[in-house]
Amino acid sequence: MGPVPDMDGVVLAVEHLTMRFGGLTAVGDLSFDVRRGDITALIGPNGAGKTTVFNCITGFYKPTEGRLTLAHADGSRHLLERLPNHAVNRTARVARTFQNIRLFQGMTVLENLLVAQHAPLMRASGLSVLGLLGAGSYRRAEAAAIERAKEWLGRIDLMGRADDPAGDLPYGAQRRLEIARAMCTDPVLLCLDEPAAGLNPRESGELNALLRHIRDAHDTSVLLIEHDMSVVMEISDHVVVLDYGVKIADGTPGEVRADPRVIAAYLGVEDEEVAEVDAEVGLAVTHLEPQA
Amino acid sequence: MAGGLMNTKPPGGSALADVVRDAGLYALVAFGLCVPLISYRTDPGPAGLDLTPRWPLVAGLCAAIFVVRLLQRLVLMRRDARRASAPAQTDETLGLAPDAAIKLSTLALWAFIGLALTLPFVAALASGGLGEARYWIDLGILILTYVMLGWGLNIVVGLAGLLDLGYVAFYAVGAYSYALLATTFGLSFWICLPLAGLFAALWGMLLGFPVLRLRGDYLAIVTLAFGEIIRLVLINWVDVTGGGAGISSIPRATFFGIPFTAGEEGFAARFGLTFDSMHRVVFLYYVILALALITNLVTLRLRRLPIGRAWEALREDEIACRSLGINTTTTKLTAFALGAAFGGVAGSFFAVRQGFISPESFNFLESAIILAIVVLGGMGSQVGVAIAAIAMVGGPEMLRNLGFLKAVFGEGFDPNEYRLLLFGLAMVAMMVWRPRGLISVRVPSVALGKRRAISGAHVSEGHG
Ligand SMILES: Nc1ncnc2c1ncn2[C@@H]1O[C@H](COP(=O)(O)OP(=O)(O)OP(=O)(O)O)[C@@H](O)[C@H]1O
Ligand SMILES: [Mg+2]
Repeated sequence: MGPVPDMDGVVLAVEHLTMRFGGLTAVGDLSFDVRRGDITALIGPNGAGKTTVFNCITGFYKPTEGRLTLAHADGSRHLLERLPNHAVNRTARVARTFQNIRLFQGMTVLENLLVAQHAPLMRASGLSVLGLLGAGSYRRAEAAAIERAKEWLGRIDLMGRADDPAGDLPYGAQRRLEIARAMCTDPVLLCLDEPAAGLNPRESGELNALLRHIRDAHDTSVLLIEHDMSVVMEISDHVVVLDYGVKIADGTPGEVRADPRVIAAYLGVEDEEVAEVDAEVGLAVTHLEPQA
Repeated sequence: MAGGLMNTKPPGGSALADVVRDAGLYALVAFGLCVPLISYRTDPGPAGLDLTPRWPLVAGLCAAIFVVRLLQRLVLMRRDARRASAPAQTDETLGLAPDAAIKLSTLALWAFIGLALTLPFVAALASGGLGEARYWIDLGILILTYVMLGWGLNIVVGLAGLLDLGYVAFYAVGAYSYALLATTFGLSFWICLPLAGLFAALWGMLLGFPVLRLRGDYLAIVTLAFGEIIRLVLINWVDVTGGGAGISSIPRATFFGIPFTAGEEGFAARFGLTFDSMHRVVFLYYVILALALITNLVTLRLRRLPIGRAWEALREDEIACRSLGINTTTTKLTAFALGAAFGGVAGSFFAVRQGFISPESFNFLESAIILAIVVLGGMGSQVGVAIAAIAMVGGPEMLRNLGFLKAVFGEGFDPNEYRLLLFGLAMVAMMVWRPRGLISVRVPSVALGKRRAISGAHVSEGHG
């Protein structure tokens, strides 16, 4: 491995990331940076390897080659490809959502947000011993966790449904809840896999507001995969374009939109057609599950 | 199943014909099975085997199956029609809203505890003396042992969603721990009890560590094998375990050091009572009741702690758990170890009550019974497990007391021999009527407002 890169202002540095499945190279020699405080979008046609990049970053896949360095504001560094799956969230503080929503359907909305605060609550419960004895310190920690969950419930407009099973929520609310649940782990980097898929225009607008709030009010940078160009162009500060696992463009939304290779690969059609294609790819595609 | 295809047809004359044809098909299949199995009875006679034809029995069985299937289809049809007209969110078949189910099950839990606390007195009063009530108290002990085992396994299967087919292994580890510690080192029951739990938990972790990365069917198969391995070790490691002959003259339980004997130092003399051998039995009854209630209490409390929520989250979606920083291996391991610990404690109770243990008591059937109790009760429901344990363990005993069964099946009728058949019937009936168990709703561990139950339809059953 080369020298540790200069991470000034960069929260995640992806260097020469390659992921092969047998003979298939899903991601080939991909390098890009996610800057602190930015919303970075990862776009590309179907099967370009975007979800695979996420699975590598969040520890679900071990990359075939490459280095993923995550830097905290205090200067500490974490090599994500070397961390066990759960430690990517717990120690490196990278949170994610899934392309096909993965809520705890049979648990209530509130419980979903409390499970996300497992690590601090577990510590407060003295590995369950203090909690079993009903210690006051644990009860205070739980009350604080519920307060925090309520804050997010207010933010995603689900206060009234806190005690309903997550599986009962409408689709758009489930997407918002999954984002709030990820945020409850207190991440420095939030990875969102197609958060706007299946949302109607109003919900999509709310989502943009939520993402801006996360970027501005929290110490959290956002990396998102999105097919909906209106979302991408409106809220992202930086766009990376993948095609067949290879980066074909990297820059501001304006630059990317003007890039002839991107136009050829992805945007080379009229606006209405883009919308049509988006609707198709955003909704109708089934995906392989990430495997442990 | 043939019926599955026909369910879509609208009810009416042709539907009725369908139902009759379907029931006829079932009777035909039953006939096919009966011909080789039942139609002739073979008895060793003077000149080889004597064949006794039993065609009336075959006809009776086929007719019974025809009628049962007919009734089942008709009732199901009515239920579907009722559901279609009233599409409210109700709890499967009881027709209860989930919240009514919560109320009912809390009530049932308290009724169960109340009944369990007073059973020895009620039984003594009803049968006119402690000695006469022995049968009932023994039955109570047996049922409570299974309630405790069910509650212990419920942590693993019901909460964490890990299918464990070898739970009896931990029961065995607990029983042998007590038997060996007590006979070799002369340790008292009250010291051995926690030790047995600890050993079983240790075994749980030893097994869990390599195994818990498996999921679903694979986990079930490996735990099944583990249960058998423990049993085979117990049979073959003769030097330590006494092999198939088992361990006998295991020291009896004492009242915290005071033995239940007739002498000066005995329990009765110390407390100024007249000696009665039933004191020990009643004492054992309350010991297992306390142990079971502790299991229940710990489970209920843990459910509301982060670890319990993590177990349930694991059952719902393991991948999401990992993305939230939950170490799924240690979380599964704690569920496994805790379940094993309760199994071990129950095992050492079993040893002290029997005074004799052998590997025979720890065969796969025991695992299957305990698992059946959990599944029938409704995975994750404490009350459901208690009710299922009463039905599964007490049921065959009740049948034994029904005089008319003997009149029908002859003097030698022993319902215990039909236990497996009854389990099978109970399982089939449950699959048809309540596929998610007796109590299928889930009570949230925390709520901002009033706790409202979650219908079983949302709750996942885990994938391993
Ligand atoms: N676990 C896996 N095993 C084998 N091949 C895989 C696996 N995961 C992904 N792939 C392959 O890698 C390629 C990239 O898939 P990926 O899901 O990353 O695409 P994507 O950019 O997220 O597409 P979409 O926009 O449809 O979500 C596809 O060809 C896919 O079949
Ligand atoms: Mg994808």
